[in-house]
Amino acid sequence: MAMLEFDDVEVFYGKVQALRGMNLRVDEGEIVALLGNNGAGKTTTLSTASALVRAHAGRVAFNGQDVTRAHPWNVVSAGLIHVPEGRRIFSTLTVLENLQLGGYLVKERGLVAKRIERVYELLPLLAERRTQQGGTLSGGEQQMLAIGRGLVAGPKMLMLDEPSMGLAPLIVNQVMQVISEIRDQGTTVLLVEQNARAALKVTDRAYVIDGGATTIEGSARDLMADSRIIDAYLGA
Amino acid sequence: MTQLLWDGLFVGSFYALIALGYSMVYGIIKLLNFAHGDIYMLGAFIGFAALTSFGGIPASLSIGALIVVMMLSMLLTGGAGVLIERLAYRPLRGAPRLAVLITAVGVSFSLEYGVAAIAGPNPRAFPVRLEGDVFDVLGARISLPQIILMLIAAALMVLLNFYIQKTSTGRAMRSISLDRNASLLMGINVNAVITRTFFIGSALAGAAGVMAGAYYGKIDFLMGFIIGLKAFTAAVIGGIGNIKGAMLGGLVLGLVEAFGSEWFGGQWRDVFAFGVLILFLTLRPTGILGERVTERV
Repeated sequence: MAMLEFDDVEVFYGKVQALRGMNLRVDEGEIVALLGNNGAGKTTTLSTASALVRAHAGRVAFNGQDVTRAHPWNVVSAGLIHVPEGRRIFSTLTVLENLQLGGYLVKERGLVAKRIERVYELLPLLAERRTQQGGTLSGGEQQMLAIGRGLVAGPKMLMLDEPSMGLAPLIVNQVMQVISEIRDQGTTVLLVEQNARAALKVTDRAYVIDGGATTIEGSARDLMADSRIIDAYLGA
Repeated sequence: MTQLLWDGLFVGSFYALIALGYSMVYGIIKLLNFAHGDIYMLGAFIGFAALTSFGGIPASLSIGALIVVMMLSMLLTGGAGVLIERLAYRPLRGAPRLAVLITAVGVSFSLEYGVAAIAGPNPRAFPVRLEGDVFDVLGARISLPQIILMLIAAALMVLLNFYIQKTSTGRAMRSISLDRNASLLMGINVNAVITRTFFIGSALAGAAGVMAGAYYGKIDFLMGFIIGLKAFTAAVIGGIGNIKGAMLGGLVLGLVEAFGSEWFGGQWRDVFAFGVLILFLTLRPTGILGERVTERV
């Protein structure tokens, strides 16, 4: 069953077209990578799905529901959570407050606390720093916090934008490890990455996007052997 | 000396109540809401209208009546603030900040001359005065109603602080002031939170308006102008956008004015207030409690 679906989506920023007939499908339980260069439209794709950006044409559906004209909070309450590029941690709020904001739409107070406990189990370093201001964490810790904050919302699907950006290779591995654990616990994941090598290691399938549309699609195993991918994204 | 301290703190608590709304609105939509002082004026006139319509109020009941009227005025000014945001500021969301600023000045004039048109341009005598038993505390003469009003102001500030620090909506207000788009991704209905911010900020100004009417005894349609500038000064002293800073800034400004006009003469009162503003803008634009966080990327 399709969790997230894009049908010929077009997005403009003023006169500049960012998505040109974008088509994409992520099935329930999958972990899919979205690869591509700077400016290819990866972030726009995620922002369109989370309704930060309006599609001018085409249709976006999440979990069988048309979200093309939805508000961002409708998308969040439907269970589609976007962990944005650059972490976007609330810097003067504590780690705990950041996590609590992740559960902003959760009505049951006890449930948020329970989910935060689960995040602390998955990411113990956050538990140690719960009273610290978010802005004082290191890059890798902020990324873990951003992911943890997304999990408190209780997502059906998590969209992660460049979680490896600016992180040391060792930390990138830890982040990827956490992402595959999240999938193993049943959450669908769409992973946007410049670091194609790291992304293909943990994903089932991948799309390559270029000029605002998907150009190549295939299983992670096939793509790793694909000469076009090796030349363009994996390096020699 | 103690009298000066007391007077400074008393007037300062008005400033603080108004500065809070200034600072909250600035924090959440980065707008210097120049109409905020006029909301305070509106609060005073609503209080005036309500108290006059009750007819003669025996002096023994005046403090009770004042509290009831204050609550009514808070509800109505809160509503007015929400309406102003909806009609004047929301359509300009995303417009250049100067456009919104000029609109705020326009709203300020509309409120001032709107009230002048309805209630007349002449100053009105507030029907309830703060007279009562006077205590002698360490050489300062303090009246019971003064103490009660100050306690109300303090209670409002404590409540507000709790609301901002401990509730989910308060957290949302703080997160929106830091990063609006990231707040949207948390599922926060940003417009709804902005509406609530305007309601609370305007209600606090309305409360201050009723308190000021009872304290000074005279209200007029331009009374919000100078107090708006003073509240802005208080917000800058404390660190604009910072809630505790607005409270602190109000009290500091009240004290500076009280001591300044005692030592140099009452005609220097406003010179002191705005001198302090210039001093802070030059030397420490982030204010006493301005945000200081070391960010690592």
